[in-house]
Amino acid sequence: MTAELLQFIFSGLTVGAVYALVGLGFTLIYNASDIINFAQGEFVMLGGMITVFLAAAGVPLPLAALLAIALTTTVGLALHRFAIEPARGASPVALIMITIGASIFLRGIAQIVFDKRFHSLPSLFGNEPVRFGGATILPQSLVVLASAGIIVLLLWLFIERTLLGKAVAATAANRLAARLIGMNTRRIVDFSFAVSALIGAIAGILITPITLTSYDAGTLLALKGFAAAMLGGMGSGPGAVVGGLVLGMLEALSAGYISSNYKDAVAFLVILVVLIFMPHGLFGRAKIERV
Amino acid sequence: MWTLRHLTVIAALALLGLPIASHQASAQIKIGSIVSSSGPASFLGDPEKKTLEIYVNEINAKGGVNGQKLQLVIYDDGGNANDARTLATRLLEEDKVVAVVGPSTTGSTLAIMPAFEDAHIPLISLAGAVQIIQPVRKWVFKTPATDTMACEKIFADLKHRNLTRIALISGTDAFGKSMSTECHKVAGGAGITVVLEETYGPRDSDMTPQLTKIRNTPGVQAVVNPGFGQGPAIVTRNYHQLGIKLPFYQSHGVCSKDFINLAGAAAEGVRLPCAALLIADKLPAKDPQKPVVVNYAHTYQQKTGQPVSTFGGHAYDGLMILVDAMTRAKSSEPAKVRDEIEKTKGFIGADGLVNMSPSDHLGLDLASAFYMLEIKNGDWTLVR
Amino acid sequence: MSVRSLAERRYLPVLAIVVLIATAPLFFHSLFYYRIGALVFIFALAVVGLNLLMGFAGQVSLGHAGFLGIGAYAVAIGPTFFGLPPWASLIIGGVLSGVVAFAVGRPILQLRGHYLAVATLGFGVLISIVLTNEAEWTGGPDGMNVPHLVLFGWTVRGADVWYWLTGATFIGGFVLAGNMVDSPTGRALQAIHDSEIAARILGVDVASKKLTIFIISAVYASVAGSYLALFNGLVTPEVAGFLRSIELVAMVVLGGMGSVVGALVGAAVLVVLPQALTVFHEYEQALLGLIIMVFMIFLRRGIVPSLAATLSGWRR
Repeated sequence: MTAELLQFIFSGLTVGAVYALVGLGFTLIYNASDIINFAQGEFVMLGGMITVFLAAAGVPLPLAALLAIALTTTVGLALHRFAIEPARGASPVALIMITIGASIFLRGIAQIVFDKRFHSLPSLFGNEPVRFGGATILPQSLVVLASAGIIVLLLWLFIERTLLGKAVAATAANRLAARLIGMNTRRIVDFSFAVSALIGAIAGILITPITLTSYDAGTLLALKGFAAAMLGGMGSGPGAVVGGLVLGMLEALSAGYISSNYKDAVAFLVILVVLIFMPHGLFGRAKIERV
Repeated sequence: MWTLRHLTVIAALALLGLPIASHQASAQIKIGSIVSSSGPASFLGDPEKKTLEIYVNEINAKGGVNGQKLQLVIYDDGGNANDARTLATRLLEEDKVVAVVGPSTTGSTLAIMPAFEDAHIPLISLAGAVQIIQPVRKWVFKTPATDTMACEKIFADLKHRNLTRIALISGTDAFGKSMSTECHKVAGGAGITVVLEETYGPRDSDMTPQLTKIRNTPGVQAVVNPGFGQGPAIVTRNYHQLGIKLPFYQSHGVCSKDFINLAGAAAEGVRLPCAALLIADKLPAKDPQKPVVVNYAHTYQQKTGQPVSTFGGHAYDGLMILVDAMTRAKSSEPAKVRDEIEKTKGFIGADGLVNMSPSDHLGLDLASAFYMLEIKNGDWTLVR
Repeated sequence: MSVRSLAERRYLPVLAIVVLIATAPLFFHSLFYYRIGALVFIFALAVVGLNLLMGFAGQVSLGHAGFLGIGAYAVAIGPTFFGLPPWASLIIGGVLSGVVAFAVGRPILQLRGHYLAVATLGFGVLISIVLTNEAEWTGGPDGMNVPHLVLFGWTVRGADVWYWLTGATFIGGFVLAGNMVDSPTGRALQAIHDSEIAARILGVDVASKKLTIFIISAVYASVAGSYLALFNGLVTPEVAGFLRSIELVAMVVLGGMGSVVGALVGAAVLVVLPQALTVFHEYEQALLGLIIMVFMIFLRRGIVPSLAATLSGWRR
């Protein structure tokens, strides 16, 4: 394998891991409530930006990160309680519109509370690139990759092995039935929003050393994360990760071998083609539609 | 029910019509501004907005212009040319301003220029591209040096170091594209050959594929990166990560301490053309720009807590040239002010020395507009 | 259905809107208001088309601004590179959009729900990228100039003239859409919206109906895009961007999916609101997001259907 190809693959993994983490956040909320949360990108932004600003104000970095995660989780919870829950019963498009409104709102608040410059965070293991086969990859990229894998594993363990996890799965399968057997579905969806925000915040803190962050970093991340989740098959955690990695690889390989101008176009074209032949994404399950 | 729908539509539209209140006439001089304080160009627009607000307040505190206070009506176009056009119409027809400073981006400027030509109101743009002042339009001026001049400065430095074959890696945003186009245009005349060009999206997070292609292309002696915002910082980091040793040039889109902070150790040895504003304290004592830029840099940093940016400098010059013109004209009447703006001579601003004329609505010369800087030990040093 | 109620349903809403458009200028203080009005009608035209697709046929499109872009650049490229007059380029743009919609729609309309959303998103992004990168044809990120529209030897310029032109075109599009909704095709679309499988069992040719409405909505957007470019005298790639597509969807949903009048209301809200919010300076974006959320929570079927339902509730 030439060093050049290996470098392209490393680049694809770096970028793909970012998309994978963002895509995972979409999956969890969708699984519990059938909602596509377009504010997911803002959760990622908040994780990074809050940490940056707290650290700049003198708070030790690990504490700043934990506070950022806690604050963002609260925002996720508030989003569900004050914006989504009151609109329970609205059509899916109306709910998506609410999340879009929420993302505009969060961006608007961010530009007042933070600033309009770009910021970074220190990498966990330094900036010395790891050399392998003539190509280099930053240690932080490996951290992001590993985290994506760990989070998927934890989510799977949670859904399969814990009672609360089973409750989330049950709510996702049929909300009415879950309520009929006595589950507090509102708390369960609360919980899934909170966890999605938590995953988003962690993603933000881990990717900022690579991607940098700013008050409007959320928009493009949400777009790519959403595309990654759909490519992998909506509702599938491993699918979101694979979708993210595939999307990243497509971009890097197109930039390397076709044209750096059109790398995004090639990536989306491939997604379109995949969806035409596999209408439920790579790992998605067909939904049963009642007539 | 058709009657209810009918009522609903009228009610909704009427309610929306109310909040747009027109400003009352006053004894103040109304000047307008459109900047991109949100959106993809907020990196440019935010310092511009802050600068305008700080200095309008300062001027008013000292008594205003011709004995009248200035009223600044400032709108945000979000980097969107269509919105800029709407806001320009608003400033011209509704707010009835006597002059406008802005917009931040070339696209927005091109979109609104015809409106100012029609309305006979002077416009001082804060955008970079040379098309704004070439061909010269009677009512349109600009303060930032053109990207053509930035390319010329870089190419002159390259020739000085005997480097003639370069690769470009540019952002696909308007800034990157415009500068790349200009660099291609002036390369031949400057004796420089562009061997290959790669591009990246302004919000991309990894440019190693593009840089790998550049590194593997034989004959490349130096690399130039037209772009602004976070992209160049990531390109610089990737450059270092891949261990590329060729001389690396950044553009005037990153003339701010933030770039050094974000690129970290990778920024060492990078050269770029910047306005004097960035090395205000390091300028030789007899440099005529020194007092102006030191004053502006300190004021800006003190009032905003953020490092000075050359984009804010464009806004400073735009406002000051306008105010000077109004003072010389002893009036705020648009036609008289326009004539005086065109007669600006010997104006020392944050962007350089300005001498305008009917055929030159920018007035900057290459020598004072850009200094070639090199980043050493995390700070700027003057090369030439 | 009696002739009288048919007349009420079809013609009185149109009359009401005509009266509204004709009398609104009495309240205009300056040309700025005419510009706002023209922009409202331009976007409302695109939204009427998108509403047919989303509200009546139930197909989500997150890339509709792509067609806006094709129409907009058609009137820029046609005159500049082919010497065609703008009105002819407008028509060609519409035809081109229809053809593209046909080519793209065939394969992707078989996708459902969120998958269709992402496919249309990809389409919009693709158009946007091509427009940004092919600088020789499109002028790149800074865009290109568009000449004035000349109709029957008379140059269309000035916000007030454009107000009347776009208003008239909107009424035309509105009437056309209304007719379509009441036609067998419209009823077939509503059946598809309610349940695709049931509609298919009843003998509705689902695939061709969906494609037809996709093409029609593309042409609406294309004409709107051409008007926007001609009005501004300039076109930039943002006209086809992701944010623009989201804005169109927001207009449909805010106004009321499945309500043709809702298209006008949705467009009016999202064009006028940012102008009204400028007094809040820094808080403009945050307030915009807040207002969208509040509207969707309390008027969740959209402004027009929700208000109509409330008012008819009071009547009783």
